[in-house]
Amino acid sequence: MLNEFDISALFITLKLASVSTLILLLLGTPLAWWLSQTRWKLKTILEAIIALPLVLPPTVLGFYLLITLGPNGPVGAMLESFGGSSIAFTFTGLVVGSVIYSMPFVVQPLQNAFSGIGRRPMEVAATLRASPLDQFFSIAVPLARSGFITATVLGFAHTVGEFGVVLMIGGNIPGETQVLSIAIYDHVEALEYGQAHWLAGGLLLLSFLMLMMVYIFNRRFSIMQSSNQ
Amino acid sequence: MIECQLKIKQGDFLLDVDFCAPAKGVTVVFGSSGCGKTTLLRALAGLEKSDDGFLKVGDSIWQDGKSFIPAHLRSVGYVFQESSLFNHLNVRGNLEYGARRTNESGKDFMERALDLLDIRSLLDRTTEQLSVGEKQRVAIARALAVNPDILLMDEPLSALDLKRKKEILPYLDSLHDELDIPLIYVTHSPDETSRLADHLVLLEEGSVVGSGAIDEMLTRFDLPISHGADATSLIEAKVVGHDDRFNLMYLDFSGGQFIVTDRELPLESKVRLRVSARDVSLTQELQTDTSILNIFSATVDEIVPEGRSQVMVRLKIKDVSMLSCITRKSAELLDLNPGKKVYAQIKSVALLS
Repeated sequence: MLNEFDISALFITLKLASVSTLILLLLGTPLAWWLSQTRWKLKTILEAIIALPLVLPPTVLGFYLLITLGPNGPVGAMLESFGGSSIAFTFTGLVVGSVIYSMPFVVQPLQNAFSGIGRRPMEVAATLRASPLDQFFSIAVPLARSGFITATVLGFAHTVGEFGVVLMIGGNIPGETQVLSIAIYDHVEALEYGQAHWLAGGLLLLSFLMLMMVYIFNRRFSIMQSSNQ
Repeated sequence: MIECQLKIKQGDFLLDVDFCAPAKGVTVVFGSSGCGKTTLLRALAGLEKSDDGFLKVGDSIWQDGKSFIPAHLRSVGYVFQESSLFNHLNVRGNLEYGARRTNESGKDFMERALDLLDIRSLLDRTTEQLSVGEKQRVAIARALAVNPDILLMDEPLSALDLKRKKEILPYLDSLHDELDIPLIYVTHSPDETSRLADHLVLLEEGSVVGSGAIDEMLTRFDLPISHGADATSLIEAKVVGHDDRFNLMYLDFSGGQFIVTDRELPLESKVRLRVSARDVSLTQELQTDTSILNIFSATVDEIVPEGRSQVMVRLKIKDVSMLSCITRKSAELLDLNPGKKVYAQIKSVALLS
């Protein structure tokens, strides 16, 4: 059935997806909030950059990341000059790649949810003595709940499923940077269809369950909202 | 006392106001839509930033050349046009949201707000289980529960149909009677104005055209509200007696006594009467053979033309001003001049509260 490397690929994948999703939520929430509120004229440029991974071939993104983060790249060289080492072909490198690659899947649902709230509830909260930060946590976050659910599930699932970026930046080192999607590819290459079936079937089920969760949660939420009208 | 001098530019529109409002009672900001009423109210709450201005509520300065106190640090209660309750909280959660954030023990004020708006039975409902009228009552209570220094209301009835309006108005009356903080009430409705206002600020295209006590404002001939079919006078009176035989009640005001249909109001209760200028006719002698019950001796104060065939007369019944709209011909026949003694016959009176 599954060999030792398959098991470690499973754990690396889950760890990568969890860590990336957490970082994405921490970075994406303030970014999405700011994008939903700002009247900055150049905001579309930033939005386009964030959305870029949606259309960019993953190998292109992975290639540039490898160049930047590798020992000869600007970031890699800087890390080495501080006594560190290049993060290319490491788990950290995978996380950096995943965060950039999955960014639009987290920022866009959050931004839409925040925009949908509008200014009014925040103004009401202000007249009820809530400071701007308080307004954000007590009003915007709970009202954007469906956006957070969508963002979390999409960010996680998209990280689980990525291939090109992790292959380029991680180098497919079994036990270190080999993730499930690449492990499946390796099994197919080696004509080990049995093992490929186990992994592929597992991912299929996982993806389906996660999407179900999004729809169930958001359905319940949207019903509550619409009956308000 | 509220002192307000604000200048706000929004595109082509300029709001440039300078007025004072009393520290107690209801100040109605009256004007047609687009005149800047809502912008003014938002500026008072700190939701709209003005380039330039001075705002003082009671003893605290909320804005001057140097400082601008942000909305969440101003002691205001704000009722928006639509109820805007938080959907993720139930009624209790909505009420406690502000009460929990005020320094003092918000609990007492919340209790009082619950009673004033009569919403104790709604506390455990979710917002979607409320009718439109109930939502607005909860929103008003929520604004009061923070124990504000001033209550601001932005056309709280405009989103409601006539039936819902009637449901809310008695609660606004009780706010009027029981609140010891100033209430600034924005509306374009003459009915709400005459019912609630103690003080009136008239706004037109971003500027204040007049401001003062409601009874004076309604009878000031330099203002548009004292002309046309809507011209009315308001009289504060109190119930002094009932006539069970004819089902009437007696109301004393500083100029005399009104007799109106009994509404079974308790003795001593205060009522506000509205008299339309078209319902006041004038006679030279006291008529005795008439069906009209309410006749007062009055002095002509000022006469201005009203269209081509009519004149608007301001009368003084002791210290109370009252408008009468009569034909120019009658005015000439009666030889009306300022200072002349006449009798005002009042055909009908509306009881407002």
